[in-house]
Amino acid sequence: MAVWEWIRFIGGAALIVLGLIIFFIEISGVFRFKYVLNRMHAAAMGDTLGLSACIAGLMLMNGWNFTTIKLLCVIAFLWLASPVSSHLIAKLEVTTSPDSDQYEKIQDLSTLAEERRENENE
Amino acid sequence: MSKLRSQNEYEKTSSFRFWQWLSGEKDPYIDHVEMKVQEEFHEPPILVKKREIDHIKLHNKIYDIDHNKEIKFFQGVYRVSAVVLCAVIIVALVICASYLPEAGNPNNPTVNEVAERYVEQGTAETGVINTVTGMILNYRGFDTFGETCVLFIASSCVMILLMVSEEKLKHLPKNLEPTNDKILQYVARIIVPVLMIFGFYVIVNGHLSPGGGFSGGAIIGSGLILYSSAFGAEEIRKFFNEKVYKSIKITALILYGCIMTYYFYTGANGIPNIFPLGTPGNILSAGMIFFINLFVGSEVACTVYSFYALFKRGGL
Repeated sequence: MAVWEWIRFIGGAALIVLGLIIFFIEISGVFRFKYVLNRMHAAAMGDTLGLSACIAGLMLMNGWNFTTIKLLCVIAFLWLASPVSSHLIAKLEVTTSPDSDQYEKIQDLSTLAEERRENENE
Repeated sequence: MSKLRSQNEYEKTSSFRFWQWLSGEKDPYIDHVEMKVQEEFHEPPILVKKREIDHIKLHNKIYDIDHNKEIKFFQGVYRVSAVVLCAVIIVALVICASYLPEAGNPNNPTVNEVAERYVEQGTAETGVINTVTGMILNYRGFDTFGETCVLFIASSCVMILLMVSEEKLKHLPKNLEPTNDKILQYVARIIVPVLMIFGFYVIVNGHLSPGGGFSGGAIIGSGLILYSSAFGAEEIRKFFNEKVYKSIKITALILYGCIMTYYFYTGANGIPNIFPLGTPGNILSAGMIFFINLFVGSEVACTVYSFYALFKRGGL
């Protein structure tokens, strides 16, 4: 069983190191970029992929018990919450920025469907 | 500058570009990766001039500091007394610190029988597994009662300062609430029930595992905030309006006070109380700590949500 323990340890360590590398990329992106939407896309990556890689490494090291399920719940919660908060920040930036007409407009799916229908009728 | 290659050859390599990027000489992101550079804020020169004129006006015309002897004397005394006060406080604190006992010494007054008793007999006397909860809600329950009162007073003060009239609250502009966001509403529909149940779990498990009234109440309060920001004020008023808020808040505080009074009275007179300690480890054990956790939790949840609602729209 010692081999199995070693494989588990190396796999968990590799996942944690991967998570740390992603965190490093995230932090350098946040400090290098100067614009909100660019910064946000760097920050959201660390929140989802980096944290989940770290927690997956911890799960692998911990083995199968009740704590593992709790950690899985943490990943699920982060994957639900972090993209939504990023989406809200992006929406706020696009709607309040003074030169937002330079970007492609973000439209509701319903209005997009209506426009398409109108085009087809024409 | 490399020794093996010439300067021109070296500038073509990737390591040169990396060092250039690291030292900040050239930013490859701009115009390639980045959408737009955010400009630094520069104060317009008109505003700078206006501020300088205002400063001179304040100095010469309003206070007339050069000719007004009273203000000059006051300013001198003010500065000298500030320095003297700071010096006195610094000297007093340094002298006090020199009298403090050495860290880690077993004969220190902080290492006394109180902490020993909490750790050794906490489970037997209060019936909790999590000794910290036993400490803050049983041995030091009066202290926690003060904290709960602070929460109550803080939210009351915010109400006094920010509450608007009911008619004004009804005619608030609709664009204050981002209620049209489909993604937020969909996710809130999934997360909010889970958050509520998890908060309740943390509260009622306070005497068995880390957690308790304060953290569980904060979780429930954040669930309420998420619900209200996703679906708007009208939706949350259906089950959490001002009436419910007031009744929960006042009932929790009064019941906490009553239970604590009863507990102190029976404890001081040596009368056995009606709260059974139960078996340590069961969910219904630890006597009154279970109920106090519930009261503290509801108080914290109401405070967290009321701060959000009052600062956002001036009413629950």
